[in-house]
Amino acid sequence: MAVTGAILVLFLLGHMAGNLKAFFGADAFNHYAEWLRTMGSPAVPYRVLLTVTEIVLVVAVVLHMWSAVSLARRAAQARPVKYAAKRKSQANGYATHTMRYGGVIILLFVIWHLLDMTFGAVNPKGFDAEPFDRLVAGFDPSRWWVTLFYVVAMIMVGLHLRHGLWSAFQTLGLAGGRSYGKLKATAALVSLVLVIGFLSVPVGVMIGVIK
Amino acid sequence: MNLTLKVWRQNGPSDEGRMVTYKVEDVSPDMSFLEMLDVLNERLILAGDDPIAFDHDCREGICGMCGMVINGVAHGEQRATTTCQLHMRHFADGAEITIEPWRAAPFPVVKDLVVDRSAFDRIIQAGGFISVPAGSAPDAHSVPVKKDDADAAFDAATCIGCGACVAACPNGSASLFTAAKITHLGLLPQGQPERDSRAKAMVEQMDLEGFGGCTNTGECTAVCPKGIPLDTIARMNADYLKASK
Repeated sequence: MAVTGAILVLFLLGHMAGNLKAFFGADAFNHYAEWLRTMGSPAVPYRVLLTVTEIVLVVAVVLHMWSAVSLARRAAQARPVKYAAKRKSQANGYATHTMRYGGVIILLFVIWHLLDMTFGAVNPKGFDAEPFDRLVAGFDPSRWWVTLFYVVAMIMVGLHLRHGLWSAFQTLGLAGGRSYGKLKATAALVSLVLVIGFLSVPVGVMIGVIK
Repeated sequence: MNLTLKVWRQNGPSDEGRMVTYKVEDVSPDMSFLEMLDVLNERLILAGDDPIAFDHDCREGICGMCGMVINGVAHGEQRATTTCQLHMRHFADGAEITIEPWRAAPFPVVKDLVVDRSAFDRIIQAGGFISVPAGSAPDAHSVPVKKDDADAAFDAATCIGCGACVAACPNGSASLFTAAKITHLGLLPQGQPERDSRAKAMVEQMDLEGFGGCTNTGECTAVCPKGIPLDTIARMNADYLKASK
């Protein structure tokens, strides 16, 4: 959970930073997309580093989900008889209780997102369009429901990381003593930065800052 | 005070069990929760009914025997308090109170609110001890211990093994209990020789008993009557990872 989660967080940071290229216009964004494919050239052939990254990400996502399902199954087996009274959470961690269903929402979002922006299957411009055109068309104000879905999904990502970030340190035995305050504050800050960074682009298209 | 209790009744391990409603009148706010149940039991016995079975021993919050889930919270909503030290003044007159046993597969119900916590004993037997060559006790200051380590070890050592952590955990994990024992022994010089093997053996026994996995929800430490801190689990994970290399 912790190791695969860490890989995915590093990816998200890179992805979010890359998205901000959209604010510098169509050329900057399209060149960035091209650069992802020509990274390391001429030493590394076209799209090799990107493909390797994609494979690592898919493996990380699958293992992350496998860990989550194993944990949920163990939890169900450890408590075959449920409590009659509604169990009130005593630890004040709203984010903690969104991890499982939030993870499912994020998975559904990732599938939609890939169909939308990578394969162009559900994008008005389709696969052959330039990345920037797909971006602008995808978040067109008339497709407000897509943007809304992105907003909900990004909030889920934020909550997921709010717990997941510090939890990973705990799982790997790196947290402890008096460091929880700082660790949890850092987790909250990183989650907030990611959510704002990710949401700035669809909202930017929506209000016409990116066109 | 007049109360309505909904109590889990189960005749034995093989009985299905059910919630039964009882009215308890004239409860003094100065009674402890267990005394309130004693009063109900006396009335049940006089009426020829089977009294409600519940575990208890010292009734001063240090033995770890008593424990029940009160209105969905292990040991009730009062923080850092065992059920025996919970007093009826924390409940409103006319309140409806749901009382259930700890719910976890490794803690089978013996009768009513009594569960078998032998799984904890087996975790201790797996490594929660220090093998000491017999001899007289050493002088107090012959082995120096850092104050911070002594404090953290003592905090962990206050675990009374009541099982509230397991009862409160959404995953039914026994991580806080096991981590408290591993931290307590692992921070002191006497515990060093067996530190790695202890962490590995205890964690493996914990998993073998059928407890769930820890997802760091923090529900355990919130209900712990002794306030065992969550960083004990980080220490356990660190020791376990080191031992598994």
